[in-house]
Amino acid sequence: MGCRKVLTLERLQQIRKEHRPILEARVGEAGNADINEDGSIVLNGDYYKKQVRIALKNCGIINPLMIEDYIAVDGYSALANILFNKSSGEIIDDMMASNLRGRGGAGFPTGRKWNEAFKYDADQKFMICNADEGDPGAFMDRSILENDPHSVLEGMAIGGYAVGADKGFIYVRAEYPIAVKRLRTAIEQAKELGILGNNILGTGFSFDIELRLGSGAFVCGEGTALIESIEGKRGMPRTKIHRTAHKGLWQKPTIINNVETYANVPVIFQKGVDWFRSIGTEKSPGTKVFSLVGKVQNAGLVEVPMGTPLREIVYDIGGGVQDGKGFKAVQTGGPSGGCIPAHLIDTPVDFESLGKIGSIMGSGGMVVMDEDTCMVDVARFFLEFTVDESCGKCVPCREGTKRMLEILERIVSGHGEDGDIELMEDLSETISKASLCGLGQTASNPVVTTIKYFRDEYEAHINEKKCPSGSCRPLIKYFITEACIGCTRCAKSCPVDSCITGKVKERHVINQDVCIKCGTCYEVCPVKPVKAVVKG
Amino acid sequence: MANVKIIIDGQKITVPNNISILEAAKKLDIEIPALCYDPNLDVVAACRLCVVEIEGSNKLETSCSTRVRDGMVIHTKSDLVVKTRKDILQLLLDSHPNDCLTCQKAGDCYLQKYAYEYGLKFRDHSGSMRPQLLDTSSPYILKDNAKCILCGKCVRTCSQVSDRMVLSFSERGYSTKIIADFDQTLEESSCVSCNRCVTVCPVGALVDKRAMGKIRAWDGASKVIKCKSCQYGCEFEIKSKGTVNVAVVAKPPANGRPLCLKGRLTTELLYVDKPEAPYRKINGQFIETNWTKMLGIEDILERIDKINAEKEREGKE
Ligand SMILES: Cc1cc2nc3c(=O)[nH]c(=O)nc-3n(C[C@H](O)[C@H](O)[C@H](O)COP(=O)(O)O)c2cc1C
Ligand code: SF4
Ligand code: SF4
Ligand code: SF4
Repeated sequence: MGCRKVLTLERLQQIRKEHRPILEARVGEAGNADINEDGSIVLNGDYYKKQVRIALKNCGIINPLMIEDYIAVDGYSALANILFNKSSGEIIDDMMASNLRGRGGAGFPTGRKWNEAFKYDADQKFMICNADEGDPGAFMDRSILENDPHSVLEGMAIGGYAVGADKGFIYVRAEYPIAVKRLRTAIEQAKELGILGNNILGTGFSFDIELRLGSGAFVCGEGTALIESIEGKRGMPRTKIHRTAHKGLWQKPTIINNVETYANVPVIFQKGVDWFRSIGTEKSPGTKVFSLVGKVQNAGLVEVPMGTPLREIVYDIGGGVQDGKGFKAVQTGGPSGGCIPAHLIDTPVDFESLGKIGSIMGSGGMVVMDEDTCMVDVARFFLEFTVDESCGKCVPCREGTKRMLEILERIVSGHGEDGDIELMEDLSETISKASLCGLGQTASNPVVTTIKYFRDEYEAHINEKKCPSGSCRPLIKYFITEACIGCTRCAKSCPVDSCITGKVKERHVINQDVCIKCGTCYEVCPVKPVKAVVKG
Repeated sequence: MANVKIIIDGQKITVPNNISILEAAKKLDIEIPALCYDPNLDVVAACRLCVVEIEGSNKLETSCSTRVRDGMVIHTKSDLVVKTRKDILQLLLDSHPNDCLTCQKAGDCYLQKYAYEYGLKFRDHSGSMRPQLLDTSSPYILKDNAKCILCGKCVRTCSQVSDRMVLSFSERGYSTKIIADFDQTLEESSCVSCNRCVTVCPVGALVDKRAMGKIRAWDGASKVIKCKSCQYGCEFEIKSKGTVNVAVVAKPPANGRPLCLKGRLTTELLYVDKPEAPYRKINGQFIETNWTKMLGIEDILERIDKINAEKEREGKE
């Protein structure tokens, strides 16, 4: 037996009392946050005022390397309270009543998942936190892990108590070294204090958490592939003969939840189910964190109530499109999400509404696109990612997405053919209906939605060999109009020998056969207000 | 074990609740096409060809991995199912070399069989094909990755024998391929030429080299015999043309039978009229050898010779 003092409830409350003034003083000094009457501390400034932060509530406020800071904002109070006052069954009931839905993509009700594992009798059960965040451009989970790691640990411990698991794994991307370090520190501190480990708070409940580093394959974020990977096998999704909640990691009942999902759990138990359900919508209560990126003024992490219209996120919080350009579309849901056109910008952001218009919530990626974006090329870009990341196990995804990408590559390079659109529509149906895992099932979303909302752009590429947004290089041409003043700048800057010819003060000409479409002439042409070089 | 009542393609049947839709359909003589399914191997649901429609669900389900539930109404040949299967098969054909004419597997190939049944043909396209990676290093097995459809059966059967586990998947997406050990040739790898993989491969990606050019599925006759080399009694097929036995090929292993090279070669020696020279793998190299050495019976033959010689001497005295 070690001689370390056993952590008691009184000791935990004492730490909070002692440390709270220290935290408040620090916050006051930094001046970046306000302390509200109810004791909550929120970041100040317009950008944050319009947000409702649950999962991110401590980010930027507490020091993630100090467990006392977390305790000072009522951290671990939910776990302590539960261990003394609630049964596993009650936790499950509360989780089901809260209707918290998984934030990792599919939106499956967390309480129902937990209930499956709770009811299934086994000598050993596991909790897994999915911190593989592989969507390019997404950093919601990373932010939580780096800035508030204890909230995830607490959520996992509550889940462990509810389903009867005493062991948890956090599967985190190796590309997140800071998150890994901070998680390590957090786990050490929690064990040191006694809020993790054996016989927590003397209640007889034990819960331990280990880290597992992911190898960086996107598909390893898929629940069953992640399990295979923890087991030391090739990260390929499993066919779902059994539910993971019954037979998961090493064939034992296993709960996999996303980082953001876990971060919501302690708050739900602190503030109550009714409070949680008062935020968001009936079917999707609570908030969702988005990483707002692309051609938007204020890029960053945004947490808003479910059901907030896209417009509010893009314009009120995001400040609209950069450089005063026109808004064309927003892509939600990561590489396998859909593109939402301008006329649907009032769509409320929740699982059902996004699904209805062909997109998905995904893990919360949100890419804003302006008028200069070619939607065919956008589809090609996202599909290229999924083709690279397909694990290669099942035929529709491995072979089908590859063929679809080949068609898109042909179209954007000016070799599209009549019937290509229909071929892709047909193929995408088979790929989404017959693929084994979510990757294949959703891979064609960007293609399907861009065809649905921007069919004319596809047709222009295929029939007229034109890119309406002027971004597909093989399809654009540069001309010099009569407005040319013969300044010779373009000819001097053109990187290709004898491409642009013309005498001083006479109209210049571009030789289309050798032009590499670099656009330099267009950049340097000084004629105003309309340049003499035009892109067509 | 409880029983459940289900309806498949309009036919009612009562089956135990622990079997798959595919197995239940078989009881009704309804054949569901499948390339990666094998009753002796783990179910992986990778080829997706066995999809069916279940009333009340708007998704397609793979019948190999979906268990029957009471009251299920299943359609194995609906328009959507057939369209999906055709697309999957066409995708496979699009990556497959058009070589049925001279392929050793012709007549016994599942891709060929299903393409015929679903009326599909090879078609010209400008897209990618699998790279030509032909492994000719083994005198027993020809491994042709370009023909591989990545069903993974070979990987699963090889890993069922714990000291083998030679084959595995490598790379991902369209570049996925089956490799031996650390992407070595079969000769360099730890492959023991048991031919388990050959017996389960649904296409011509792994074929028995000793039958190549001699006989194909529809030529001549075949007879199944049990190997006498050890108590497992693995099964082999004696392939014959007229009165001449031309080759011995392994039957798929079942009931925990391991299959081995020695058993196959012994059977070859006993039955084949003109058996080819055997090869032994020594330090990662196949070396032509003689039958006595191959079957490890040098000392036995020596001893028999000695005994016979002694007997002869005794007889003379
Ligand atoms: C290709 C693919 C990648 C995924 N990547 C992630 C990921 O990085 N993080 C995550 O939490 N869930 C990911 N998921 C979803 C998981 O499979 C699983 O649904 C989720 O972790 C469950 O947690 P939740 O219910 O809390 O959302 C991915 C799914 C697919 C199909
Ligand atoms: S859908 Fe794609 S990623 Fe998923 S199992 Fe199939 S090949 Fe692998
Ligand atoms: S012959 Fe046997 S050992 Fe060799 S790869 Fe095939 S199954 Fe494995
Ligand atoms: S070699 Fe044959 S058995 Fe192995 S994965 Fe390829 S097609 Fe399947």
